[in-house]
Amino acid sequence: METVLQQLINGLSLGAIYALIALGYTMVYGVLRLINFAHGDVYMLGAFAGYFLANALQLDTNPSIFGAVVVTTGAMAICAGIGILIERLAYRPVRHHSRLTSLITAIGVSLFLEYGGQVVFGATPRFFPQMVRSEIYSVGGVQITNQNLLIIVVALLMMFGLRFIVQRTRIGKAMRATSYNLSVARLMGINTDFIIAFTFALGSALAAAAGVLVALAIPRIDPLMGLMTGLKAFVAAVLGGIGSIPGAMLGGLLIGLMETGLSATAYSTYRDAVAFAVLILILLVRPAGILGASGPEKV
Amino acid sequence: MSVTNKLLATLVIVALLAGVNYIFEYGFGDFLINPYYARIVNLIGINITLAVSLNLINGLAGQFSIGHAGFMAVGGYAATYLTVYYGNRIASFVGSTLDAGFGASVVMVLSLLTGAVTAAAAGLAVGIPSLRLKGDYLAIVTLGFGEIIRVLILNIPAVGGATGFTDAIPITNFFWIFAMAILTIAIVRNIAVSTFGHALTAIRGDEIAAEAMGINTTRYKVLAFVISAALAGIAGGLSGQLFANPLNPQNLNFVKSIEVIVMIVLGGIGSITGAIIGATTLTILPEALRTFDQQFPGLRMVIYALLLVLFMIFRPQGLLGRREFSLSWLRPRNRQTAGAGGV
Repeated sequence: METVLQQLINGLSLGAIYALIALGYTMVYGVLRLINFAHGDVYMLGAFAGYFLANALQLDTNPSIFGAVVVTTGAMAICAGIGILIERLAYRPVRHHSRLTSLITAIGVSLFLEYGGQVVFGATPRFFPQMVRSEIYSVGGVQITNQNLLIIVVALLMMFGLRFIVQRTRIGKAMRATSYNLSVARLMGINTDFIIAFTFALGSALAAAAGVLVALAIPRIDPLMGLMTGLKAFVAAVLGGIGSIPGAMLGGLLIGLMETGLSATAYSTYRDAVAFAVLILILLVRPAGILGASGPEKV
Repeated sequence: MSVTNKLLATLVIVALLAGVNYIFEYGFGDFLINPYYARIVNLIGINITLAVSLNLINGLAGQFSIGHAGFMAVGGYAATYLTVYYGNRIASFVGSTLDAGFGASVVMVLSLLTGAVTAAAAGLAVGIPSLRLKGDYLAIVTLGFGEIIRVLILNIPAVGGATGFTDAIPITNFFWIFAMAILTIAIVRNIAVSTFGHALTAIRGDEIAAEAMGINTTRYKVLAFVISAALAGIAGGLSGQLFANPLNPQNLNFVKSIEVIVMIVLGGIGSITGAIIGATTLTILPEALRTFDQQFPGLRMVIYALLLVLFMIFRPQGLLGRREFSLSWLRPRNRQTAGAGGV
């Protein structure tokens, strides 16, 4: 029972990370119908931005919550800028070509960031300074680190923040309109170019937050860290129903829980396959994902 | 072409390949080919097989698959397994050894057949459920299958697990690589100009309209998928048994699948000659940038990625588009109508 609860906590914190990244995939897919392969690498850049900020603030010698907040917001701002830049320089010029072209462009951007990261940051992993002193709380035999708790709480806060932006603000309404039908939204006077750029900024900021948060629990960061994590986060987005924000959260948590659950058993070497196996099973039963809506096909 | 002409052409090709293969292995008089260049030429041949076979499903049928490396892995591992564990027995059964040309050839053919059949079976298993899905979802499911296959192979110690299938016996040579590349090109080209190919083109154009015209879309899609997987399996069998080039699950992930996609997109998706040009260019390009690498370490792959993005922005249809390269383009009189016939 205790191990189950323990794995539940670990799974929730891993799932929260996947969910934060999955949100970026799902939002971009919503407005552009583009699988933004470079999104996992934005998450990597977020972790590195946090790393350099934390070192500049010398957080390794005097850790503080305030410093951690500054680092997280800073990394989010930097990545929001990078997201806008990627959209403007790479995706906008190919937006009117076929979707395959956009997909290959996204793959190209992803490779560019990965290899570029290896040149700039070096391929050897770096160790993220400990921004928050590690504490372990014991609740009924279950060990909860404050890092895991922080990940879950911050991720939840951000998801609620996102939900507020999308559901309750004017710009959120414009985002939903653009995602429903881009050309009609433009006819209604919405500046869709701005909305798309904003969506990229928002998604990239969330990915950056995920990058800094994950570094709290697993302080090893390297330029290829976004490859597998990004792929799984994307699978989470599809699992929940791509284009659906609650779906991305649900999918992220599900995959996080399943992975940690499997890690505790004798089949831990199959860990990387479980996300895909579940995805395929779900897609065969519900082709639009768990919470996705599949409309009739237009002819 | 009449049957005799076809037979004659085949004989000429086989003789030519055997001749070049001899030069590759033993040199020509004093001339010995640089092993580094020979290796690149061989890799080009394998990549041509991969690219042209993927072109059948991604280009002709317009179904976007990101799982080609998975089928390459299944076929490659099955083929190599046969050679490693039964190769000696098969060779001695036909009264030869694995070191002798005849024995190695028999084993090669059998192992490639095994690879093709296994990969085709995997293609069927993946294709039947997943081809019901469309567009991006198909892409994701094929990607998922590729990754699952990779993780499964990682957990089979008999084929080397994470260290790769290093027990492989190097029986692949220039002859088999290019014989298979030509066979692949012939198969895909013949499909393209047949009723089957036209059905695939119709599906690519508009699946609903194709179905309304009475085309059994699922059947044709699955068939194309299975053939494409079988050819990828052959490429895997050739690759895994090339000298010092063992199959490794780490190199057969979705990045490898994407590499093949980039090849056909670069050449012009749907064009067979385009796929050949793409495969050749993308095998040579990283090698050519290698000298550059000594001055600026790591920058070569950055440039490669940047070129890919720039190419998509400025020439999204690829080098050839959907057209096929033909020698008539070189004749000035035909300039205006160049390639208008295409597939």
